[in-house]
Amino acid sequence: MLFQGTAHRYGRDIDTDVIIPARYLNTSVPEELAKHCMEDLDADFVSKLQFGDILVAEENFGCGSSREHAPISIKAAGVSVIIAKSFARIFYRNAINTGLPIMEAPEAVDGITDGDEVTVDADAGVIVNKTTGKTYTAQPFPPFVKDIIEKGGLIESVKAKVRR
Amino acid sequence: MPRPMTITEKILAAHAGMDEVEPGQLINCRLDLVLANDVTAPIAIREFRRIGVDHVWDTEKIALVPDHYTPNKDIKSAEQAKMMREFAREQNISHYYEIGCMGVEHALLPEQGVVGAGDVIIGADSHTCTYGALGAFATGVGSTDAAAGMATGEVWFKVPASLKFIVQGELGPWVSAKDIILHIIGMIGVDGALYQAMEFCGSTIDALDMDGRMTICNMAIEAGGKSGIIAVDDTTRAYMEGRTERPWTEYFSDTDAEYAAVYEIDATGIKPTVAFPHLPSNTRAAEDSRDVWVDQVVIGSCTNGRLRDLRIAASILKGRKVHPNVRLIVIPATQQIYRDAMHEGLFDVFLDAGAAVSTPTCGPCLGGHMGILAAGERAVATTNRNFVGRMGDPTSEVYLSSPAVAAATAIAGHIALPEDLD
Repeated sequence: MLFQGTAHRYGRDIDTDVIIPARYLNTSVPEELAKHCMEDLDADFVSKLQFGDILVAEENFGCGSSREHAPISIKAAGVSVIIAKSFARIFYRNAINTGLPIMEAPEAVDGITDGDEVTVDADAGVIVNKTTGKTYTAQPFPPFVKDIIEKGGLIESVKAKVRR
Repeated sequence: MPRPMTITEKILAAHAGMDEVEPGQLINCRLDLVLANDVTAPIAIREFRRIGVDHVWDTEKIALVPDHYTPNKDIKSAEQAKMMREFAREQNISHYYEIGCMGVEHALLPEQGVVGAGDVIIGADSHTCTYGALGAFATGVGSTDAAAGMATGEVWFKVPASLKFIVQGELGPWVSAKDIILHIIGMIGVDGALYQAMEFCGSTIDALDMDGRMTICNMAIEAGGKSGIIAVDDTTRAYMEGRTERPWTEYFSDTDAEYAAVYEIDATGIKPTVAFPHLPSNTRAAEDSRDVWVDQVVIGSCTNGRLRDLRIAASILKGRKVHPNVRLIVIPATQQIYRDAMHEGLFDVFLDAGAAVSTPTCGPCLGGHMGILAAGERAVATTNRNFVGRMGDPTSEVYLSSPAVAAATAIAGHIALPEDLD
C-alpha cells in the first residue's frame, strides 16, 4: 500500500470525542460522519483536507470512547493513513478492523511539520518527508495483525474462518 | 509448572485453552459475554450481517442495552434503538433490556448477575472495563470486534503486561473510590497504562464496597488501560451470591508474578480531587478549586450513579437548597437503583433541594441529551470524561469529581467540599 499526500499535524491525546463529537452519533452513515470529522479540534479540517492526505499526531491518538465512528469518519473524510507516536488501544484495533491504515512512527512524527508532503510505503514501513527529504521507518505490524489487514479487515478474516 | 502469572494472564490463558501465556503473546480467547449499546450496536449488526452467518453464537451470552440516547432523544436515535430491538427479537437475545428495565449498561449487567468472576467479556463501549471489579477480564472494543464476537464467540487479544497498584491506609473524610482513581490517573497520565492491565489491591481497596470497586475499574480506560481488575474476596462473593447467573471461577495473581511496574500509594494522603478540563489526568485538590463557579452539576453515570453514590449525595443535600445559579441533575443508573433510592427517601431529599431526578440514561455524560451545556457553561460531574465538547458546546467545560464534591458544589455554586457548607 502506497500513500502520498499533505500532512495535517496535531498534538497528543486527540480523543474520539473531538474526532467525532457525540452529538453526531445518532447516525452511523460514513458520509454523514465524515462531514464532522475533527470538528471540535479544528473546524476547518474537512474543508482543507484533500482526498489521500495524511493525518499526523503525537502520543495516544484516539483515546477515550470505543466509537468506531471515529476511524469511519476519518476514512470517509478522505484520510489515507494516520502516522502517530502511539495509538490508544481501542482505536488501534478499530482502525485495523475497519481497514484504516495506521503507523506508529515517533521519529517520523517529530520530523513532519503541518503542510509537509509525505509518502508512505505501508508494506515496507517506510515514511518519506518529501518536503525535507528525510526518510523514517515505522514499527511493522505483527504477522497476525498484518494478516487481518491483508484480508481487508476483520470481517473478511472472520468470514474465511466461518467458512472453514 | 506454568510460569508465575497475574490474575489477568491466568484468566486469558484459561480462555485460550493454554497452560500459560505471557505479555505480548497474541491469543484467541473464548468469550463469556459480548455487549453493545444503541450507539455501537447498529454498526455491529451491519458488520454481523456481512459475515454471512444466520445466528449469533449463543443467545444467552450477548447483552444489548439501549442506554446512550434513550429514552430516544430524536428520530435518528429512535431508528438506531429500533434496529437493535429488532435484531434482539430476531436473534432471540435473552439479555436485551427495554426502556423500563434498562439501566446504564455497566451498572446494569453486574447488578443483574450477567457478569461474574473469571469471565472474559468484550463490550462495544470503552467502560466495559468496569467488570474487572468482580474479578473478570473485561475490555472495551469497537463495533466490528463485537460483531465478530457475536458471530464466533471468540476474539483475538495481545496479552497485556500488568501494572500493580497497591493502595494502603484509611481514606480521609469525604474521600472516596473516585478520588483514588482520579489520583492514580493524575499520577500516571491518560496513557500511563496504555495497552496494559491495571491490577488494584491493598487494604484500601479491600475496604471498598462493590460500588466503589466498580468506580475504580470503570476509569482504567481513562489511563489508557486495557482493563482494570480487583481479585475476588468475601465482599465480591457476597455480591455475586444469589445474583450471578453462571458459575464463577476465582483467579489470583501468583506472589512471584511479573509486573511492568508496581505503584505503592498511601491512601491517607489522597484528598477530594477534581479533574479540570480537558483531560481526566488534569487533577487538582478540590480545596484548591473553590474559585470555579458552575452552571450545572450532574450526579450519575456508569462511574458514579450507583446507590452508594446517591446516598452520599443525599447526605449532603439533606435540608439544603441547590444554589440558584445551578441546575442539579441526578440520574440513578438503573431501575433497581432508582427504586431503592426512592424507597429510602432519597428522592424527597433531591426534590426538596431543587434537583431534577432523571430516568436511567447515559444522557449528559457523553453530551447525548438530558443536560447539554451551552457555549461557555461549566459543569461539575461525577462522570468519567472531560474532553473538549464532551457534555455539549465545544467551549463548555466539565470538571470531574466524586458525588460528595458534586453535591457540595451544587449547594455552594462553586467547587466546594461538604465541610464548607453551613
